[in-house]
Amino acid sequence: MAGEVPNLEASKLTALVVDDNFVNQSVHHKLLDRLGIKNDVVSNGQEAVDVHCSGRNYDLILMDMDMPIMNGIQATRRLREMGIESKIAGVTTRAEEEEVKEFMEAGLNDFQEKPLTISKLVSILHNLELYVQT
Amino acid sequence: MQRQVALIKQSLFDQGYLDEQFIELEELQDDANPNFVEEVATLYFKDSARLISNIEQALERGSFDFNRLDNYMHQFKGSSTSIGASKVKTECTMFREYCRVGNAEGCLRTFKQLKKEHATLRKKLEQYFQASK
Repeated sequence: MAGEVPNLEASKLTALVVDDNFVNQSVHHKLLDRLGIKNDVVSNGQEAVDVHCSGRNYDLILMDMDMPIMNGIQATRRLREMGIESKIAGVTTRAEEEEVKEFMEAGLNDFQEKPLTISKLVSILHNLELYVQT
Repeated sequence: MQRQVALIKQSLFDQGYLDEQFIELEELQDDANPNFVEEVATLYFKDSARLISNIEQALERGSFDFNRLDNYMHQFKGSSTSIGASKVKTECTMFREYCRVGNAEGCLRTFKQLKKEHATLRKKLEQYFQASK
């Protein structure tokens, strides 16, 4: 991993990991932890919507595309319809242009191809102006 | 013992079983989570065993539901990518290509190879984690 890993604990950023895959949940949770970002994990788009309906809010949502019950595109659309203005970054192994376009048009702020790494996560935070690299 | 650990790890990379994503995971280990990579690997092998079983059942039925098979393999590829399981990931990609064109024989052949690579990776990682203790 090139460069120092920034510690964003003081920024009090919060994040939500939305992914049905246990391995990805574990890795993405740990990546965010490592950056000092408190985060919750849910297993599909419906749970992401439910957690917001319960009153929780996050600065950043890492949204997988393919999930059962409600996929990432549907969930992103639904969250935007609900007025959720959190930054949403799509994170998926699918990188076909048409699929990415559909995902972005659902309301994403950014997109990264899996696997997620510290560098990619820092890039997301930078693109979404949640972290300014010095 | 450190040398043995280094040799096992080097061989995993030289033979293409692991890629740089595994290094990314190792760099996430800290005092709070000193066994993070082993924990993730355990999760991966538990999850992949389930997927292998699902795929085997689907293939044994005889009538190939390529959509269902592709869905299983998409999940398998996702996990394999996240842990850096390079050879397994490659076989997943190939299997999905055969699903895309409806080639049942290709699916069966690739799945056999995938299980072999998966089993080898599991054995070698178990040796690696054991030697690291």
